[in-house]
Amino acid sequence: MAYESLGELQNACRHHDIFEAVLESDCVDRGVTREQSLTQMRALYGAIRRSKEGYDPALRSHSGMVGGDGAKMREYVAKGKTICGEYIGGVIAQAIEMGESNACMKCIVAAPTAGSCGVLPAVLLPYQRRENLPDETMVKAMYVAGVIGQVIASNASIAGAAGGCQAEIGTASAMGAAALCYLAGGNAEAVCHAATLAIKSMLGLVCDPIAGLVEVPCVKRNAAGAMIAMSSADMALAGIRSAVPPDEVILAMREVGEKMDVSLKETGIGGIAGTPFGQKIAEQMNLEEED
Amino acid sequence: MNLFDILGPVMVGPSSSHTAGAVRIGRIARRLLGEGTPMRADIALSGSFAATGHGHGTDRAIIAGLLGMNTDDERISDSFAHAHEAGMAYTFSRVKLPGEHPNTARLELTAHSGKTLSIIAASLGGGRIMVREMNGLRANFSGDLPTLIVQNLDQPGHVSDVTSMLSHKGVNIATMQLYRDHPGGNAVMIIETDKAVPAEGIRWLERSEGITRVTFIDAE
Repeated sequence: MAYESLGELQNACRHHDIFEAVLESDCVDRGVTREQSLTQMRALYGAIRRSKEGYDPALRSHSGMVGGDGAKMREYVAKGKTICGEYIGGVIAQAIEMGESNACMKCIVAAPTAGSCGVLPAVLLPYQRRENLPDETMVKAMYVAGVIGQVIASNASIAGAAGGCQAEIGTASAMGAAALCYLAGGNAEAVCHAATLAIKSMLGLVCDPIAGLVEVPCVKRNAAGAMIAMSSADMALAGIRSAVPPDEVILAMREVGEKMDVSLKETGIGGIAGTPFGQKIAEQMNLEEED
Repeated sequence: MNLFDILGPVMVGPSSSHTAGAVRIGRIARRLLGEGTPMRADIALSGSFAATGHGHGTDRAIIAGLLGMNTDDERISDSFAHAHEAGMAYTFSRVKLPGEHPNTARLELTAHSGKTLSIIAASLGGGRIMVREMNGLRANFSGDLPTLIVQNLDQPGHVSDVTSMLSHKGVNIATMQLYRDHPGGNAVMIIETDKAVPAEGIRWLERSEGITRVTFIDAE
């Protein structure tokens, strides 16, 4: 069956590669063969690669607030004068492009949600290119990312309406951190701590989209989620461990989500949505809905 | 949640509940009508679907599903034009459906043959959906498994007719629900199975006295 805690996952990985442990649990969980599971995951990774090619900088979202920023970031990176460097600049651009594609009704892969669909591609695609890794290796990393999302879903939440943005971009960031750590050779313990460090950095993030639309601030938060995934993976690979045990951090995430005011959970009322600018856009959108 | 509830669906944005789920609602309605693209669709949006549906493309997504598109079809954003080409007329309105899930739509379809279908369906999050009412009777099914829906008069023996037929055809029942509007009135059986129900079994049910309508949709 599916793993319900990171402790349980780490135990299962004592004599097992983490990818193998997750693949086996998926086969039992859904009653499928190894090959069926792998075929489905290969298709999903293929869809992520295709969604990257689908980016169109000319498109604008429904409200007009979103579009073209990914291309802007790429142009800036190409000039060679970024603060973060070329590689990280490319990660930021990828995260924004994917979030923009989602807002502009292009095809994406929800991971774990549509609003947070930019994080995993932003950390995986540039890493694959730089390290020249085959797709089959990336598919294994997808299993590692997936199990982190499963454990969070079963102990906290992956829905902004239930747990705030920490549940969406926060979970995506933890999944990305785990996948990167695995790809760079981290063991199961390091992988779980990479995910945990990411969650701790994202704890408390509210879900406050203007007019309730998956546009602002969602798209740019994908870039932040990707950055935290990378720093968390590097810390874990350096041997740094979360002082608080991973499963306790996930329960803290649940508690924070439960205590978060409802105005900050995808209702379009508080936070960025509640700013005068946000309210003005919401009014314009409302008028349009009524037409 | 299983691994592929976390990773996926592959979908056109911006929202798994308001866009991908809406495509699936349109699509299951088309499958339940069973006659290809409907001639006419009257769609009422409720709750959050009504409040932010236009901005999330919920309206275009439902039309796309009615035209048979999947959640990852990039023609979704242009589905109104495709409906026009396919000769499908449609209207949108808002409705309050107290007690229903916040993301709910009511679809009333008419086929070219004159056959009609009405459903109320909810988008539960992550692209997952549930049909909550069909032709005026309560329901709870997603269309993920092969699903047999038998509408009959509320009188003794019909459950036995249906389960005997399934047993005879070697079809295992996964879940079964029974609802009726009032004693002796209209009843419905919703049976999810582990494999497809053979066409001759369905024809046999259609000929049985007291059974008013039989609908079967296979798993996709």
